[in-house]
Amino acid sequence: MSKAVVELPPKGGFNFDLCRRNEMLLKKGASPPSFRKTGTTIVGLIYQEGVILGADTRATAGSIVCDKNCEKIHYMAPNIYCCGAGTAADTEAVTDMVSSQLQLHRYHTSRESRVATALTLLKSHLFNYQGYVQAALVLGGVDVTGPHLHMIYPHGSTDALPFATMGSGSLAAMAVFESKYCEGLNKEEGINLVCEAICAGIFNDLGSGSNVDICVITKGHKEYLRNYRVPNTRAHFSSKEFTFPKKTEVLLTKIVPLREKIEVTEDGDAMEE
Amino acid sequence: MSIFEYNGSALVAMVGKNCFAIASDRRLGVQLQTIATDFQRISKIHDRVFLGLSGLATDAQTLYQRLVFRHKLYQLREERDMKPETFANLVSAILYEKRFGPYFCQPVIAGLGDEDKPFICTMDSIGAKELAKDFVVAGTASESLYGACESMFKEDMEPEELFETVSQALLSSVDRDCLSGWGGHVYVVTPTEVKERILKGRMD
Repeated sequence: MSKAVVELPPKGGFNFDLCRRNEMLLKKGASPPSFRKTGTTIVGLIYQEGVILGADTRATAGSIVCDKNCEKIHYMAPNIYCCGAGTAADTEAVTDMVSSQLQLHRYHTSRESRVATALTLLKSHLFNYQGYVQAALVLGGVDVTGPHLHMIYPHGSTDALPFATMGSGSLAAMAVFESKYCEGLNKEEGINLVCEAICAGIFNDLGSGSNVDICVITKGHKEYLRNYRVPNTRAHFSSKEFTFPKKTEVLLTKIVPLREKIEVTEDGDAMEE
Repeated sequence: MSIFEYNGSALVAMVGKNCFAIASDRRLGVQLQTIATDFQRISKIHDRVFLGLSGLATDAQTLYQRLVFRHKLYQLREERDMKPETFANLVSAILYEKRFGPYFCQPVIAGLGDEDKPFICTMDSIGAKELAKDFVVAGTASESLYGACESMFKEDMEPEELFETVSQALLSSVDRDCLSGWGGHVYVVTPTEVKERILKGRMD
């Protein structure tokens, strides 16, 4: 009797099937592709009532800007958000995964998630992969123990700080923070400072650009201000639009009508008993 | 030589008013030799979702077969078609699974979602999604395509105007790329019909 092996979809984790083939291709001289990175300036600071996170919105593939308005502030829990820098796929996957784990934990414990939980889940995952999962994160949130802000490095080490910056534009942003940060800022001052720090990254670092996203988290409340500031709008629009007087030459046209939606109206007589 | 330049490709998807267009070139090559001039890069997943795969052709075919398999399983379980956003998440998960030994493909997904709202998305080879509201590009001609689309794109184009814009952007970009070209293949999808057109381009 032959055993039929049905290939079911794999149940999670990384799959290393293609590694041998890719190594062979590498030896033959085919250089590996460049992944989409987020270049990035991401910042966070603790103010009077909670935490403010900020990020720019440019995503690069090599030296080309592939996304002018991407989202780098990821949702982890209703009271916890995480900014990600590094390889875009890694930051998205890691934050999504830990967000789901936190949700399950909330169901299990019937309690609001704590920042320390998210921190431990993230750092243990990153340490497990010894830095190969290239995600550098700024994690911030407010839980029962108060406001927290952490930096998480790709190899799994963490720092707890009152203000933090990460990414290629971190030096520009840190310069702003070091000169203007003080404890006990109010909301307006905090948002302005974060905005200034991100703008420093946007204008001085080539890997960061476009707009500023801000997220304000306080006890029991959060505000996600997408595109809070847009300092790089396109100023020069040509008044003459593109018109194509010489139409494209078409060799073959095939039209496939999609199924029409048929509406059934109750018109007939009622069923007889 | 990058692995993406082995076969050569050009893909673009653009959003219009309650419609979208997805277009590709038709060349299949082995480095500098052309071996086919009618290669299909865009495939239909279901009536309202189209998938284009650029990059290494063998990985594109394997990935396409795996995705069709997963979609058919989904149809059996859920008794309906996948929404384009869901399909994009599926592709992203399948690509990220191979994070350390990836498929050398860049997918472009285009579809009509709820209330006939057009959806387009592209990813890098490990599944980092890029959701755009105007256009997405992929392939060896992507740098020229970025430039062409950035200048030719307008908001809310009707299907005929959208077709013209996408075709002109594609043909002018592949003219500046040795590895893609030999005509174009454009699909314009509206809620009522799918118009597939083959374009005449420079055969060099």
